[in-house]
Amino acid sequence: MTEHVTALAEATQQASPEAPAAHRRKHLVEKARAVVLGVGFPLLLVVLWDRAVAITGTRLVPSPHDVAVMMYDFSFGGIYDDAFSATILTHIWKSMTRVYGGFFLAALIGIPLGLMIGRIKLLRQLLDPTINLLRPIPVTAWLPLSMIFFGLGPNAAIFLVFLGAFYPILLNTIFGVRSVDPRLFEAAAMLGCKGSAMFREVVFPASLPAIFNGLRIAHGFAWILIVVGEMTGVPTGLGSVIMDGRTLSRTDLVVTGMIVIGMCGFITDRIIVVISNRVLSWSPQHHG
Amino acid sequence: MAEGAKRTLLAVRGVTKRFPVGDGEIEALARIDLAIDSGEFVCLIGASGCGKSTLLRIIAGFEEPTTGEVSTHGKPITGPGSDRGMVFQDYALFPWMTVNRNIGFGPRQRGLPRAEIAAIADEFVRLVGLERFADRYPNQLSGGMKQRVAIARVLANDANILLMDEPFGALDALTREQLQRELLQIWARTKVTVVFVTHSVEEAVLLSDRILVMSAGPGRIESDIAIDLPRPRDVSSPEFNAVRRDVARRLTSHLAPRALELAGG
Repeated sequence: MTEHVTALAEATQQASPEAPAAHRRKHLVEKARAVVLGVGFPLLLVVLWDRAVAITGTRLVPSPHDVAVMMYDFSFGGIYDDAFSATILTHIWKSMTRVYGGFFLAALIGIPLGLMIGRIKLLRQLLDPTINLLRPIPVTAWLPLSMIFFGLGPNAAIFLVFLGAFYPILLNTIFGVRSVDPRLFEAAAMLGCKGSAMFREVVFPASLPAIFNGLRIAHGFAWILIVVGEMTGVPTGLGSVIMDGRTLSRTDLVVTGMIVIGMCGFITDRIIVVISNRVLSWSPQHHG
Repeated sequence: MAEGAKRTLLAVRGVTKRFPVGDGEIEALARIDLAIDSGEFVCLIGASGCGKSTLLRIIAGFEEPTTGEVSTHGKPITGPGSDRGMVFQDYALFPWMTVNRNIGFGPRQRGLPRAEIAAIADEFVRLVGLERFADRYPNQLSGGMKQRVAIARVLANDANILLMDEPFGALDALTREQLQRELLQIWARTKVTVVFVTHSVEEAVLLSDRILVMSAGPGRIESDIAIDLPRPRDVSSPEFNAVRRDVARRLTSHLAPRALELAGG
């Protein structure tokens, strides 16, 4: 691989002496600029935040330093030594069980249902109006009912995450099936593929690019909804940490919880992107 | 071919096709009667809208005829089947499968043992000369290679009738010639029956034993021409050109006779 690149670079060099060096320099400058801008802007926001807190002298909003100290204590303990010290992993773990409980449940129901609705006209006629009626209802509006259905506890949170993740997965799967080239189904049929094999071998893989889009959107919603879900009175989880921070008027704890949720959502989203790039390497529309 | 010792493999009897359009109907095919012998290479030729693709899709089982029936080996067909393999102009390969898995798709559906599937796939990868590309995905292949995969995929499934819907229409001229040669070699080796839709007179004369010239409004078979030129055929020979002129004349004479008269007068 390296040999190829060198050989190619040499070949180009002969053709026009200064071109590759200039090209490489331009590439490096481009990359450096992306990093400086991408990292610089949030740093600038932190500085503005710090100055704004200092100038106004507010005690309602914590300074970046307060939050950094809280983050350290939340992760490793040794500063405040209270109920939140060194508990970060417990809270992350609890939240993840709820986020992924709801997310995988949504995928488990949404994908097969979407494949069938996309492919079977009768099912589409039966379910499409109902889905379109239920979909615009905000997930938060289900909160009171979910507490009646599931009581105070993690199941209500899982249910809310499920609801939020379900529609993007279902609708993207249906869209994926509907937009598959019908010739592929014809080709499969003439090669002797029918019944459930058609779903497994053709409908599902052909819809995968759209399904992954749905999973990624749903996964984002799942992390957003975890705060709402954990308002339902569970003792642990990142959402409950934020709610506790609010009750105790500890805004440094609130902001710390926000940052941890943001980081978890960001990292797991990257993991989904890596997986989908792997799985969809065949797809010409997919350049991740 | 002419002695009639060959068995009729594919019979089209009284097939018509009407499509609903708005409140009315369009008559795509007037009554079509047709018998194709085993091992024959038949070209359907005609202008756009003459129903040649519709007829092919009815034979494939993708569309139902409004009246009449299609039968193979004397048995009426009821839908797509692995005895009739379609090669589409836009390939219709499964983009998430490698070349090897695309070709092994039919045998996999039949539930053959793994080793046998692999052996069949390898055999047909070799038949179309794609050994070096067996593990590539379709979007990494040229149009010509994709069409080779599509042909191999159908043959690997034991199809004895190859239905080809303008299969080389999207290819450049050089690749098209190459694939025409390869298709003839494959046809000679496997003795598969081919029904080939094209709108190129030269392609039809080069490839077929028999050319069916179709005309539109509604679609019907206007003439049925046996091509007795010896193979391999030389497109630059006077005999070839004489046949080509004859077919082209018959084709244009049903195309728009009135328009031609007007232009001529």
